[in-house]
Amino acid sequence: MNISRRHFLQTSGALWLAFHVPSATSASTAKGFAPNAYLRIDPSGQVTVIVAYVEMGQGTYTSIPMLLAEELEIPLSSVRVEHAPPDERLYGNPFLGGIQATGNSNAIRGSWEPMRRAGAAARTMLVQAAARRWNVDPASCRAENGAVLHRASGRRLKYGALVGAAAKLPMPAPESVRLKRREDFKLIGTPAKRLDLSGKVNGAAIYGIDASVPGMKVATLAITPVFGGKLRKLDDAAAKAVAGVRQIVRLDDAVAVVADDMWAAKKGLASLNIEWDDGLNANASSASLVADMEKASGNPGTVARQEGDFAKAVGGAVTRHEATYQVPFLAHATLEPMNCTVHVRKESCELWVGTQAMTRTQAAAAQVLGLPVEKVTVHNHLIGGGFGRRLEVDGVIRAVQVAKRVDGPVKLIYSREEDIQHDMYRPYFYDRMTAGLDAQGMPVAWSHRITGSSIMARWAPPFFKNGLDPETVDGAVEPPYALPNVVVEYVRYEPPGIPTAFWRGVGPAHNVFMVESFIDELAAAAGKDPIAYRRALLGGNARARAVLDLAAQKGGWGKPLPRGSGRGISLQHAFGSYLAQVAEVEVAPGGEVRVRRVVCAVDCGVVVNPDTVRAQMESGVAFGISAALREEITLKNGRVEQANFGDYHLLRMHEMPAIDVHLIESGEAPGGIGETATACVMPALTNAIFAATGKRIRKLPVANQAAT
Amino acid sequence: MPSLKINGRSVRIDGPDDMPLLWALRDIVGMTGTKFGCGVGMCGACTVHVDAVAVRSCITPLSSVTGKTITTIEGVGKTITGAAVQKAWLADEVPQCGYCQSGQIMSAAALLAANAQPTDADIDQVMGGNLCRCGTYNRIRQGIKRAARALEDSRKQS
Repeated sequence: MNISRRHFLQTSGALWLAFHVPSATSASTAKGFAPNAYLRIDPSGQVTVIVAYVEMGQGTYTSIPMLLAEELEIPLSSVRVEHAPPDERLYGNPFLGGIQATGNSNAIRGSWEPMRRAGAAARTMLVQAAARRWNVDPASCRAENGAVLHRASGRRLKYGALVGAAAKLPMPAPESVRLKRREDFKLIGTPAKRLDLSGKVNGAAIYGIDASVPGMKVATLAITPVFGGKLRKLDDAAAKAVAGVRQIVRLDDAVAVVADDMWAAKKGLASLNIEWDDGLNANASSASLVADMEKASGNPGTVARQEGDFAKAVGGAVTRHEATYQVPFLAHATLEPMNCTVHVRKESCELWVGTQAMTRTQAAAAQVLGLPVEKVTVHNHLIGGGFGRRLEVDGVIRAVQVAKRVDGPVKLIYSREEDIQHDMYRPYFYDRMTAGLDAQGMPVAWSHRITGSSIMARWAPPFFKNGLDPETVDGAVEPPYALPNVVVEYVRYEPPGIPTAFWRGVGPAHNVFMVESFIDELAAAAGKDPIAYRRALLGGNARARAVLDLAAQKGGWGKPLPRGSGRGISLQHAFGSYLAQVAEVEVAPGGEVRVRRVVCAVDCGVVVNPDTVRAQMESGVAFGISAALREEITLKNGRVEQANFGDYHLLRMHEMPAIDVHLIESGEAPGGIGETATACVMPALTNAIFAATGKRIRKLPVANQAAT
Repeated sequence: MPSLKINGRSVRIDGPDDMPLLWALRDIVGMTGTKFGCGVGMCGACTVHVDAVAVRSCITPLSSVTGKTITTIEGVGKTITGAAVQKAWLADEVPQCGYCQSGQIMSAAALLAANAQPTDADIDQVMGGNLCRCGTYNRIRQGIKRAARALEDSRKQS
């Protein structure tokens, strides 16, 4: 755990302890045995695991049931997964201050203790129930494969037959139940098959956009192209004449066309004659935002970390090395466009949506309608790409605003163009790095000043304290290196005219790029091998050293490569996990960069499902190199200049590198994995470009900067 | 009122001629396995087969498919190639969020139906039109090769 993470937990008020297992008021329900909020066993024996973290590809509907199934002694394939209803008392995320949300790669960390304890408590009760029935000592019985066995007599009772009796027993305190020893794990640590795949290969999986409610209309919309603009004038005569169009809904800053189907809605939208009032941001442009940010970054920021005396140390250094680094605004571009289905009734509301933030979704709808939250029902769905986009409820609010004016249920779907042009974007960052170096080129002073938007200040204001946002500086405050005389500062700059939000990899996805690029620069300035230079700075950080050395070895570090090719290294400690990557690139004379291979050495502590870790390495690498190579959102005349996949370029099949994943089983506490590779691979890639061409990429995306 | 043959079933569609097949499938027939991703034929999420050829249904008007045989993700498992692809997808645990996978599977099945032993370059060329934001591309490639081997084995046995 690094300092910012500790700080994050402390500011969350420590309300949610790691072993918190919310109990049901009674173990007995009409549906069977429900000893806690995570589990229900029906008299038929069907085990339902209630998962508070939404499945968006990261494998959470498999890895979290694995934790419970391990202790409950049931086959994983028999588990039915149900998404938790909005209820922060029961399902708050302990790593997000109790907010019921899926993000920051913490689902396993948050579930590791409570889900195992939930399973163990239920197992204990089922064993007791069987022992009572047989009138034997519970210690002479054991649970196995969904049943309790009495060794001496060979008797066996399936869980389904025991639920009635188990439900009447007093519930053991979760912290009192005995957990299995790691060497006894049968499921945790195995590449168990995902539970969510059959519907994902035959079309049966239902995402939010697939929700179907009797009598449902379909709507699509146009939002003011300039953020903060308003609807000024609307001529909807032609749109109303389109067959299938039922209603035009005017919002302050948007127009929605409600129709029988999406095609009629789209045609209706295209027939509208809209005049916008562009408002205050009509002249906003990326160029002016960046100029403002550059200026802001000249001022001192809030100190996130200070150790030793930077000014004195840099003053006395043999040489001084400085660089500025920049990363762009980015879209999430989830393949499932923003959508939400809403039925507003007289005194209640029902929503069908895929969301990373259940309670926020419920509260947002309640607020628009002036209803108490308990009158809003939210049906969460599989998510067709989250990456932070669905932590936001802007789309939910718009859908409810539209539905409020429609009689009956309505599904609002954003076109791809609206989805990209009205995303909430990964902020631009403009960072200044300074190091003082000794005669050997090793750092004696280190300064990192981060300038950019604080998402936390808007999304969860209690986390933003005294000018400091622990998420925005995550990955910069505590690099894995033993650096003397350190100062890390944060200058908050909120760009007018463009909303910002979390994006896969969050703080580390920009800070690790800055830190690992700059370390690479220092190694080059010292004339030292980038891995040897890093290793010399690791001090006693054994886990960091182990992943670095393994990546170097498996990545063929030092072996000759053809001209125009190069290898780059990146090392990070983020989300509770250690990761080192060696990227191998080939740069064409025209500057086209081809990433050939990425070797990953991972120590994420206890591995719950090694195939999920591999899959997330593959996914995170693809997401990171897609962004680093070409992704960029720019503003001109207040408008986002990109609109669809023709100008917002995502990585495609032929650009995908080979990916080798090597796991180190350190046995440490589990760390997060879903976002780690995205953050780590960006500097691995640009450091490889440096090795191949001598060009230092200090501003993303790479685009054609590598041309020689 | 256009009449289509979808997954072996004759379906009359109460929709205009210019309506893209995607919206007819999703909003009129009620088959939601075929996905909307971009609306301009650039992401491949909406891929279906029309007379055994992979097409982007979001830019395919009903007027152009009247009377033709349409296969969607809901029906592709009834074809030998489609079933092999689905099986390989499960064996290699290809999907993550899964939203693009209907389209990936339809493109892969059409590729294998036309080219039993595709090279990496063949796969790049055909599958390059299908975006996957989760980056499952390596497993898609692996899945296609696994399905090709399985189809080859079953041909040898028969």
